[in-house]
Amino acid sequence: MNSIKFLFAAYIATWVIHAFYLGTLVRRFSRLRQQLKELGKAK
Amino acid sequence: MKRLFPILSVLTAIFLAYALHLALGKATPTDAQQGDVYRIIYYHVPSAWTAFLLFFINFTASVQYLARAKPSRQAAAKWIVIAVGVVGTIAAFVPRVQLQLTSYGMRPSAIATTVLMIPAIYFLVGWLFPGERLDVLAVTTAEVGVVFCTIVLVTGPIWARPVWGIWWAPGDIRLTSTLVLWLIYVSYLVLRRFSNSAQTQMLAAALAVFGALDVPLVYFSIWFFRTQHPQPVIGGGGSMDPRMLHVLLISWMAFLCFAFLVCWSRFRLELLQREVEEAHAMESLAGADAASRASLPLSRSSK
Repeated sequence: MNSIKFLFAAYIATWVIHAFYLGTLVRRFSRLRQQLKELGKAK
Repeated sequence: MKRLFPILSVLTAIFLAYALHLALGKATPTDAQQGDVYRIIYYHVPSAWTAFLLFFINFTASVQYLARAKPSRQAAAKWIVIAVGVVGTIAAFVPRVQLQLTSYGMRPSAIATTVLMIPAIYFLVGWLFPGERLDVLAVTTAEVGVVFCTIVLVTGPIWARPVWGIWWAPGDIRLTSTLVLWLIYVSYLVLRRFSNSAQTQMLAAALAVFGALDVPLVYFSIWFFRTQHPQPVIGGGGSMDPRMLHVLLISWMAFLCFAFLVCWSRFRLELLQREVEEAHAMESLAGADAASRASLPLSRSSK
């Protein structure tokens, strides 16, 4: 059945959205750690 | 704690892989009408349930954040929640209500259990997240809830296209109310991101309380309105092969574990962000103080 491509599209879309969100979390974490480091140096 | 997170992450990854294996494997039968595309249910429905749970936690955290300003308000909220739990549970077993619920395809025991969860979650949230942490929890659950709600809105049309022949049913109450729910929580996050007012947290909490009112509308819309969306598979009029239901529940458990870990990370991120903001504020205060001290002898000498 041709509808199988919709099944895979849905599963891939789910993990792409989760991966994108996790990526933004990692980026925000590293930016904040960098800021904390700079603040520590300034002191 | 530092070791616990990677261990739980690995366990959750294994759990998600197992759920995926069950969802796509031969353990679950193929649907006679839809074929294999029905397997989208194993991602679509758990994502929806997880989003609803996160929005409900956001609602309880927001109510407690608003109520904590005054002890009388706090006590009133506490007694209202207890009353909702007790009255709702008893009402579900009153014969007339029971008859009404059964006519809608709902199980009274399922309704009573759901109602009992309201005070349970409310007090658990208040106990585990005192003070400002309620606000941190609120923003965490709203953001992760929006991610899960986005998945519902993306996988839904992908499932609808081969089954209904259309991507979206305009005017359908289930679909529209879910979209409205997503928009409300996106506006909640936008408000928190771009407003610098001292009242932002209070305003966001008030918005979250109104936003959460859409959750029961989304959930119960398929019982009370004519809609293209199928009937619920648990506690409702829909039916499901026990093997499919088993995989659906395993998939939900896996997604709940994943959501818990993502919330944990987002919670830590929010705490870190507040720490950085506080450090910046202290630094500017110290800078302003030093500048005023330095300018003092100058101003005296100039006189």
